[in-house]
Amino acid sequence: MLKDEDRIFKNLYNDLGWDIDSAINRGDWIHTKDLISKGKEWIIKEIKDSELRGRGGAGFPTGLKLSFAPKNVSTRPHYLVINADESEPGTCKDRDILRFEAQKLIEGCLITSYAIGAHTCYIYIRGEYVREGQRLQEAITQAYNKKFIGKNACDSGWDLDIHIHYGAGAYICGEETALLESLEGKKGLPRLKPPFPALVGLYGCPTIVNNVETIAVVPTILKRGAKWFASLGKPKNTGTKIFCISGDVNSPCNVEEEMGIPLKDLIEKHGGGVIGGWNNLQAVIPGGSSMPLLPKSICETITMDFDSLIKAKSGLGTAGVVVINKDHDIIKCIARIAKFYKHESCGQCTPCREGCGWMWRMLERMADGEGTHKEIDLLYDVTKQIEGHTICAFGEGSAWPVQGLIRHFRKEIEKRSHEEPLVKKKSNIPYLIDQHILEKDNA
Amino acid sequence: MPKITVNNKEIIFEEGMTVLQACELAGAEIPRFCYHERLSIAGNCRMCLVELEKSSKPIASCAMPATEGMKIKTNTPFVEKARKGVMEFLLANHPLDCPVCDQGGECDLQDQSLFYGMDNSRYTENKRQVKEKYMGPLIKTVMTRCIHCTRCVRFATEVAGIPELGAIGRGEDMEITTYLEKSMESELSANVIDLCPVGALTSKPYAFEARPWDLKKTETIDVMDAVGSNIRVDTYGREVKRVLPRVNEDINEEWISDKTRYSCDGLSKQRLDTPYIRENGKLIKASWNQASNLLISKLKTFDPKQIGGLVGDLADLEMIYSFKSFFEKCIGSSYIESRRDRIYLNPQERINYIFNSSINGIEEADFILLVGTNPRLEATILNARIRKAYVKNGVKIYSIGDPGDLTYPYKNIGSSTSVIKNIVSDSHEISGKIKKSKKPLVIIGESALYSQAGQYVFETLKSFLVEKNFIREDWNALNVLSQQASRVGAIDLGVFLISGDDNFNFFNMLDNDDFKFLYLLGADNISFDKKDKFVVYQGSHGDKGAEIADIILPGAAYTEKNGLFVNLEGKLQNAYKASYPPGDAREDWLIFKDLANLMKKKIGYQNAQQLRKLIKDEIEKKNKKRRY
Repeated sequence: MLKDEDRIFKNLYNDLGWDIDSAINRGDWIHTKDLISKGKEWIIKEIKDSELRGRGGAGFPTGLKLSFAPKNVSTRPHYLVINADESEPGTCKDRDILRFEAQKLIEGCLITSYAIGAHTCYIYIRGEYVREGQRLQEAITQAYNKKFIGKNACDSGWDLDIHIHYGAGAYICGEETALLESLEGKKGLPRLKPPFPALVGLYGCPTIVNNVETIAVVPTILKRGAKWFASLGKPKNTGTKIFCISGDVNSPCNVEEEMGIPLKDLIEKHGGGVIGGWNNLQAVIPGGSSMPLLPKSICETITMDFDSLIKAKSGLGTAGVVVINKDHDIIKCIARIAKFYKHESCGQCTPCREGCGWMWRMLERMADGEGTHKEIDLLYDVTKQIEGHTICAFGEGSAWPVQGLIRHFRKEIEKRSHEEPLVKKKSNIPYLIDQHILEKDNA
Repeated sequence: MPKITVNNKEIIFEEGMTVLQACELAGAEIPRFCYHERLSIAGNCRMCLVELEKSSKPIASCAMPATEGMKIKTNTPFVEKARKGVMEFLLANHPLDCPVCDQGGECDLQDQSLFYGMDNSRYTENKRQVKEKYMGPLIKTVMTRCIHCTRCVRFATEVAGIPELGAIGRGEDMEITTYLEKSMESELSANVIDLCPVGALTSKPYAFEARPWDLKKTETIDVMDAVGSNIRVDTYGREVKRVLPRVNEDINEEWISDKTRYSCDGLSKQRLDTPYIRENGKLIKASWNQASNLLISKLKTFDPKQIGGLVGDLADLEMIYSFKSFFEKCIGSSYIESRRDRIYLNPQERINYIFNSSINGIEEADFILLVGTNPRLEATILNARIRKAYVKNGVKIYSIGDPGDLTYPYKNIGSSTSVIKNIVSDSHEISGKIKKSKKPLVIIGESALYSQAGQYVFETLKSFLVEKNFIREDWNALNVLSQQASRVGAIDLGVFLISGDDNFNFFNMLDNDDFKFLYLLGADNISFDKKDKFVVYQGSHGDKGAEIADIILPGAAYTEKNGLFVNLEGKLQNAYKASYPPGDAREDWLIFKDLANLMKKKIGYQNAQQLRKLIKDEIEKKNKKRRY
C-alpha cells in the first residue's frame, strides 16, 4: 500500500478543494522558479533518472521523449501538447486530474515547456469533457492571475501561454499525430511516421505530446527528487500510478497506487472486491479496452506494471482495470469492444478499416452461438493481419482484445459454436467421401 | 552516395528517395494502390509493405524514407503474408462484379489480386453497400468498389487545385464524395478516372462501350488546344472509343484536360463523308470527280488576285503545307491566312509567336505575369503547371485582366493597357519585382493581341524585356499563348498575309469584298458577308464553313491521318493515324495532290515522305538559333 505522504495526487477525491489556494497549500507552485532556474538539462536528467514512463498507454520513457526535442529553437517554434483526449473505455484518471488537480498539470506544463523550449502549450481535451474543460479553464485563469503562467511565468523569465482545444468526440484523436491533425483543424487522421512529432509536429514544428498524468507528476518528481520516485514501484516501472477500477467490483474508484501492486490487492482493497466474491471473477482487462484480458488464473498473481503485464501478453495501457465476473458473457463483452473499435476506426488505412468490422461481425455471431470452429482460427488470423500493418497503434488496440479472448477463452467459443467441425483433427473416418482432404499432401 | 540493400543486392540511391523508389531502382516491383509519383504520399493502402531488417513489423515502403544501410527484403514469406492479408481486406468489401465493371482488364486490384489474392473468399459477412454518388456527366461512380486510396482526393486538391472531393464518415463508413452531390468543376476532373486503381470512378461516356483488350491503341497528339498533349487514342474498328493521356514530362506530364479526353465523341457526329456541290441553293451529294472538276473549272474563271484561302484551327502541317503549295504553285495566289481571329503577329523571328520559356520552364520561374489570358481555359495543362510552380516554389503571380479563379492565387493589377505603360516606364509596383527576379515569365494571351492594340501590347512588352535582358539564351521570358493546334505551325510555314503596316491584310481584303473565290481549309469560326463569293470548304465536320460552301470536300479528322503538329512551345510532334476517314473522305494533302495532278501543275511532292521532308526543312530553317 502506498503511504499517504508518497501520494502525488492528494486531492484525487476533491476532499481538499480544487482552487489554486488550496493547491498551493498542498505544495503546488512552490519552488517552481528554483526548479526552472536549475536549467533544462537538469530537468530532463532528473526525469530520466526517475525512470518515469508515459502514462498514456505506450509507456515510453518520458525523459527520453523530452530529450528528442531539438536543443536549440530555430526559426520554428517548439510546442508542448497535452493529450487530454481520454477516450479509452475503462479509463477516467485524467478527468479527475483536470477537475481536482489541475494546478499540478499547469505547473507541469510550465516546467516541461521550459525544458523543451516551448512558449505555447496546447491542451487537447476531449469534446465530451465540457465541464472538465471549463474547470480547467478556470484553473488556468487562476494561474494567470497569480502570474504563475503568462509573461515571465513565476518570475522565471520564461513566457508560457496555455490554450485549451476541445476535440469533437473521436477516439482516434487520442493518437498523438491524429491529435495534432485535429488541433490544426483537419480531419483527425494519424500521420505517417517518420517524421516523428518531436521533429515535425504541430504546424510542422517540433512538438512534444504527453499525457495529462505524465506531465502532472513532473513537478512532484522534481521537488521530491528522482530518487524518491525511482524508489517506488519496481525497477524500470517506477513511481505511482492512478488506477481506474471499474466493472464488476463493489466500489469502482480511481486510486493512486504504487506501480507493481498485485492486481488482486488492487481489486480487493481498493475496489471492494469482485461482485460475488473473488471466485466469481471471470477475467480482468488490466489497461483499458485495448489491452488483452487476463483470465482469473493469471489475475491471482499478476502485478500491475508495464513489464510483467507484457510478459503475460497483456499491457498496463492506461491502467483502466475493468473487472468482468462470471455473470457476464465474455464473448459478448469483447464483441462490444470490437464494435467500439469498428465505430472509432478512422478509415484511413485498409487493415483497420476493413478488419475491425469483420472482427465485430464474427464476434457477434460467435456470441450468438452461430460461429463455427473454423472461424476461430480465421478470426485469429484476421487479428494478426491487422496487427502491425496499420499506420497507427489503433490496429493493435483493436486486435489485441480479440486475441486475448481467443488465447484464454477459446474453449468457451468452441463450446458455444453450433456446429462441430466437419473434419476433426486426427480422426480417420473411412466412409467420408472427402477422405482425401484429410491427407496433408492433397490438402 | 548512400547505399541500400534490397533482397541482398546493394544499390546506390539518391538522397530523398523513399524505400519504394529504391526498391524499384533495384528491380524489385512493389505493389501499390495509393502511391502515385505525382501526388503526395498517403501511405494508407498498406499494399507496399516490405520487410526491414531489425523491425518486427513490416514497413510501408512508399512512406518510409530510404536511409543509408537499410536492409530491405521484398520477397520473403513474411512480406507475402502481410500483402496477402491487406489484399484480403481490400477484397472483403469489394464487390465481385468484374464482369460488369468497366475497369476490368486494366484494374490494379484485379492485376494485383492475381499475385496476392486468395483462391476463395473467407469473408462470409454481407458486403458493404455504398450509396451512389453523382460527380457530373463525365465521371461515372460505383462507390461500392472504392478502396479508399484517396488518389482522387489528392489529385483534386493538389494538382487540379479545386478541393471538391473529400472523404466523409470514418472507418467502414468512409465515403469519397463531392460533398453535395455536385459535378466536378475542374477542367482536369476526368484524370481521376485514370488515377482510380479500381472501377469506382470510370468514364461515363465510355461506359460499357468496349473492353480494353479489344481496343487498338495509337499513341498520338491532341489538337484541342495548342499545348499538344500526348494522348493515346483507343479505337474499336474505325470508331474512336476513348482518349487517354500518355506520359510526356515536357508537356502534359500525365494529365489531359476534359476537353481533350471527351472531344472524341464528335468524331462520329456530323461528319462529312462525301463531296457536295451546291445546285440551286441546295447541297447535293457528288462524286470526287464531279467536285474536283467543278472546282478546277471555277478556279479558271477567277483572277488569282480574287482567290483567298483560310486555314482552320486543327490543321496539321501536311495539310497546311500542301494548301500553301497548291495556292502558290497551282493557283498563283499568295492570299492565304491562318489567323482567323485577327491576332497581332510580328513574323520577323520565331520567338515572337511561341512560348519561349517552355512548359517545363514554368517550374523554374520566380515571377509570372499573365497579360490578357485565362490559361485555365486556354491551355488547361499549362495552367496545371503554373499551379505546380505555385505549390512547389510559391511563385508570385500577377495578371493584367481578370480571368477569375485560376486554381491558384494571383493578383489582378488592372485591365487596361495603361498598366503595361506604367510597368514599362518603371512606375508600377511590379516593375521592380520583374527587374529583381531572375527568371520572370510574361505570358501574353490572344485577347491581349487582338486587332490593332495587340501591336502596342506585344512590341512594348517585348522591348521592355529585351531592355531588361530577359530575352537571353538561357532564359526567354517572352511567351505567347496560342490557343490553336495549327497556329504556330502555320506561321512557321508562312501562312499569314501581312503587307507593310497592315497586319490584317487578309481580313481587310475580305471585308472589302476583294475575294470572289474563298477556300476554307477546315476554317469554321469565321464570320463574313458571303455575297457572291464562291466558297469551297474542305474539312472533316459539317459546321458553319460547310453551311455556306458551294463545294464541300470531305477531309480527315485529327485521329484519321498521320500528321505533324507544332505546339505552342514550337515543338514538332508526330500524330499517328488511329482510324480511317469515314466514307469517301480523304486525307487532306492527298486532295491537293490530286487537284494539282488534275490541273496538270507540279505541286512539288508525290508522296508523304517527300512532303514531310519539305516541311521539316522549312521548320528547321525557322528554328535556327536566334542570336542573342
